Amino acid sequence: MEKKEEKREVEMISAKEIRDKYLRHDMMPHIFCTGCGIGNVLDYTLWALEKEGLDMDKTVFLSGIGCSSRLPGYIDVDSLHTTHGRALAFATGVKITNPELNVIVFTGDGDCMGIGGNHFIHACRRNIDITVIAVNNYIYGMTGGQVAPTTPEGDYATTAPYGNLEPAFDMSEMAISSGATYVARWGVKRPNQPINSIQEALQNKGMSFVEMMSPCTTAYSRQNRMGSIEEFWDWYDNKTILAEDHERIKQYGSEEEKEELKDKIKVGVLHKEEKKSLSERIQELIEEVQV
Amino acid sequence: MIELNEEYCKGCNLCIVYCPRDALEPAEELNEKGIHPPVEVEDRCNGCRLCELICPDFAITVVEKDEEEE
Repeated sequence: MEKKEEKREVEMISAKEIRDKYLRHDMMPHIFCTGCGIGNVLDYTLWALEKEGLDMDKTVFLSGIGCSSRLPGYIDVDSLHTTHGRALAFATGVKITNPELNVIVFTGDGDCMGIGGNHFIHACRRNIDITVIAVNNYIYGMTGGQVAPTTPEGDYATTAPYGNLEPAFDMSEMAISSGATYVARWGVKRPNQPINSIQEALQNKGMSFVEMMSPCTTAYSRQNRMGSIEEFWDWYDNKTILAEDHERIKQYGSEEEKEELKDKIKVGVLHKEEKKSLSERIQELIEEVQV
Repeated sequence: MIELNEEYCKGCNLCIVYCPRDALEPAEELNEKGIHPPVEVEDRCNGCRLCELICPDFAITVVEKDEEEE
């Protein structure tokens, strides 16, 4: 009997309850294009918030400029919509001034890696206790499909009609090498892994970076002939490989399998370590030097 | 029971594509927005709630039948 009751407690609350609790219904329906994955990123974040049970009065959302940076506007919570690329700089300020707050940043690939690239590497280096959810759609979607720092080499964009000549940035690898303590990358097609990953990122004390690969069905899809919404969403399945599988093939795989790996993008929890965050160290210092 | 908020639905049809039980199909008629919104096929849904999560527009809610009757 007891077990049954426990089970009932675990049974999830309905989606309607979550939406009524977190969403600003007066702002809906949201502005994202048909088939865009950014709505899913918001949905998964709400589920993660509910699972983690964060106090929304002690949570701040920040964002810069871009499609993905519209997200905090749809959540019924205090938020800062900041200047282009500077969301992480503002987040640093918020977290250092009031370490009690949970700081979550929504950002895009252009906002985080292009315009705010400098802030990003330094936020990772300082290991501030914030959670960054970066939506990577390989293109500057909102301004009409220009080349972004993450656009893969050879892909088309409005500013690269003969194919992109520049090599692309890998956001997650960049975060790892700069010093972030939790780094994960997921696609939007499978819901449960990103929900759990965002929850882990919220729990992590330190810079947590979750990269969500989201299909841009308007700018990227049109330029690169990705086909229908469904075909584009499925394209990610062939393009990605779990980090564990990647590691296994690298060690024990045949030459052919290793050859195939070259075009694939690793997904999964890519990096995890424990390191003191900057806000913790500042608090320690304050206690140490206070008379 | 699948409930659809037609005001939010943009007609991407991802719910129809990814439903493992084929419990949704596009409506025959266009709605006010000019899209074919998904409609439920009777007695197919087993309440896995994947459509709820996969919907980018917060338009779908899966309700248990018992709750409905109550």
